[in-house]
Amino acid sequence: MKKQWRVVSGEWRAIAQESQLVEPVVGHVDVEILRTSFDVLRMTALVLCCAVLVLINGVTAGTASAQVTPQRLLNAGQEPQNWLMYSGDYSGKRFSSLQEIKIGNAEKLVPKWAYQTMAGGKFETTPLVVDGILYATGQDDRAFALDARTGRPIWQYQRALPGDIRPCCGRVNRGLAILGDKVFMGTLDSHVIALDTKTGNVVWDVTAADYTKGYSFTLAPLVIKNLVLVGISGGEYGIRGFIDAYDVNTGERKWRFNTVPGPGEPGNETWEGESWKVGGAPAWITGTYDVETHTTFWTTGNPSPSNRSVGRAGDNLYSDSLLALDPDSGKLKWHFQFTTNDDHDYDATQVPVMVDEAGKKLILQANRNGFFYVVDRTNGKLVRAESYAKVSWSKEKDSNGRPVPAPEGKPTPDGNRVCPGAAGATNWMSPTYDPQTKLFYVTAREQCDVFSTAPQPYDAGHAYYGSAYFPNDDAAPFYGALRAIDPATGKIKWEWKHPSPTWSGVLSTAGGVVFTGDAEGNFMALEAASGKVLWHFQCGASVYSSPMTYAIDGKQYVAVAAGSALFTFGLP
Amino acid sequence: MNVHARRFLFALFVGMTLMCLVSTPFCCAQGKNPYAGDAKVAKLGESQFRANCAFCHGLGARGGGRGPDLTRTPKKHGDSDAEIFSTINNGVPGTAMPPNGATQQGVGMTDEEIWQVLTYIRSVEKKPSTLSGDAKHGRELFYGSASCAMCHMFNGKGGRLGPDLTGAGTARSTEYLVESVRNPSRRLAQGISEAMKEFSAEYETVDAETADGTKYKGTLLNEDSFTIQFIDMREQVHSFDKAALKSWKKSRESLMPVYDEKMLPEKDLQDLLAFLVGGGK
Repeated sequence: MKKQWRVVSGEWRAIAQESQLVEPVVGHVDVEILRTSFDVLRMTALVLCCAVLVLINGVTAGTASAQVTPQRLLNAGQEPQNWLMYSGDYSGKRFSSLQEIKIGNAEKLVPKWAYQTMAGGKFETTPLVVDGILYATGQDDRAFALDARTGRPIWQYQRALPGDIRPCCGRVNRGLAILGDKVFMGTLDSHVIALDTKTGNVVWDVTAADYTKGYSFTLAPLVIKNLVLVGISGGEYGIRGFIDAYDVNTGERKWRFNTVPGPGEPGNETWEGESWKVGGAPAWITGTYDVETHTTFWTTGNPSPSNRSVGRAGDNLYSDSLLALDPDSGKLKWHFQFTTNDDHDYDATQVPVMVDEAGKKLILQANRNGFFYVVDRTNGKLVRAESYAKVSWSKEKDSNGRPVPAPEGKPTPDGNRVCPGAAGATNWMSPTYDPQTKLFYVTAREQCDVFSTAPQPYDAGHAYYGSAYFPNDDAAPFYGALRAIDPATGKIKWEWKHPSPTWSGVLSTAGGVVFTGDAEGNFMALEAASGKVLWHFQCGASVYSSPMTYAIDGKQYVAVAAGSALFTFGLP
Repeated sequence: MNVHARRFLFALFVGMTLMCLVSTPFCCAQGKNPYAGDAKVAKLGESQFRANCAFCHGLGARGGGRGPDLTRTPKKHGDSDAEIFSTINNGVPGTAMPPNGATQQGVGMTDEEIWQVLTYIRSVEKKPSTLSGDAKHGRELFYGSASCAMCHMFNGKGGRLGPDLTGAGTARSTEYLVESVRNPSRRLAQGISEAMKEFSAEYETVDAETADGTKYKGTLLNEDSFTIQFIDMREQVHSFDKAALKSWKKSRESLMPVYDEKMLPEKDLQDLLAFLVGGGK
């Protein structure tokens, strides 16, 4: 696709002056000075608008419908040139059938472009790509649309965040959802907003919760039919977790599922006394959706306080759980709890990946607590749980095969060394399932921590850990690893060792190549079958994001965020 | 900016300044901990400390890998209440110590909470150990017969293979210093910290042999999966692609010799400590 910018002539300029396309924001700049640059501004705006039109028309020439419809979302895997949702498609596999980049040429990959947000902190986004336009979020609740071929921005948005927001772990955002002419975003001040795909203008903006109490959004929303689903963050602040659904057109809230049941609701009895009121159980990672059973799967985080269970005896439902919800009503169909009465902050907020295997409909999850779970997604029954990293919090399993906490694995006032550490054997970074190799790939973190516990009163809007934890420096050095797990057995087929624990997700592709990053700043391609590294690139900062891939005119791109930059790579 | 805006801003500035002057109940201008010695406040401070400081400064403020032992006095970046308040609130540029509220976690501590933390730190401080050693002789040992300066810098003088020891005497406990001398491999010193990386490099030992058979030994500066950077015994900095080396290995056996009683009698050790803790005086 070729794009040519016309030189602006006097004639164009006259049109621009009449068009009133922009109302420039004058701000603090002298009006006298601005007047001379007014023409320039207006011209620029007009040229940009025209460019966007040209661009959108140009790249969608081959597509009948320019807009993303619910039907396109259902069949996202059938248009691999696009990346229509956080995990690529509703199954959560983060697998692409693109195969231009493959074993045999992956070592030739080169950077194509980089886009700099110029913001500090962790850059956790997974971009969407729709018909040549890339939509992503950045630190401090930025959002932007780029020409996916060149990285040149089309619009940029940054939310005016209040000064007293309560992010737990960085001013981060993991991405957008899209439907029609809107992209959807959850914000750090607990709003859900819709932005116009062509301008970045705010179409609607609704408040979901009170951010001063510790509520925030960091996840990429999930669109199902005409609803946009989001889950809240704030397990460090003693919030009461929920999953919400909003009307895509109006922002009207259609349902809320409270992840901590109130009095009279089933599950409330799993909380001691009034502890449910500040029970946590946030839901800060994007869910998946099974159209056949019309069920959306969401996972939840820790009960609060995160590292002290005194005062909240019981299983603490639905913390650290897999939830099967009806997407139309938000009604719970069933639940499976991974960690009962958690006091290690072992959030189950890892993407629940849908895989069909030998006629069985399954959910695969490599959990932060160190076990790889296989769950029947028609009824929530556990099929298998095997550890995939060093585990000391659990020594045995219950009659259903579910690992149960061991008394000697509990945090103590003076500190107790437990594996995995507080950041977990993995965390929010996405795993991937490759239907060709039939392997599940996950970033594992081999790190044990010393957990110490201390009483802490609840104080709304203040951290509510009941503890502290420290990396344990007397043990063997920590490291990270990309591990390929065979879901049929739970055994690790191969691993690639990272020098230190890592926060990068994984992408698998039909070219037989998986992509991941590391804390040392490398982004790399590995052979999916063997784990052999085929290529790597030093991004200059730790990778805290999950990669994705897309194509334009048959040319495949792989994108990953690292530092302040979104990088893309392709063949020369 | 037009004249009206300027006037408005000036008025605003004057107003704010006046407000600050009359309403700073606990502020730094006062410079004295309003809760000094209050055991209850110290307990609250411990809770704040665990949530905000312990990850680097360790349980009981005894120091972790990254942060100094805060039971030590005097503090490296100032020991008065006002100075410690400022260290907590503003961080220490050039170190891993971030300004209050800039850890990307929550909203940071209020002034009152900072005073609570300070009260807690004071409650766990140990009296500066009265070091019996002769600092002057310690200095002679450091730069002379004990050969410390072959590898360690102190106040800008010395070698580059090991960590710079300027300030180590106040940042680390005596026990830590003794352990580092008597048993250097027990806990390796930390090297470069990268902005987004959780763990710092450590002073590990590197052995490398190039394709042409040249052998190098040194201390690690940094590494990633594919490359390794180290400084060799002649203070030459090397960076190799790991795949291009004939062989390489890292070891947690420090290059620093074990200074046992034979190499450094107890009296000399005390003299050396007196030199380090006394800031080289």
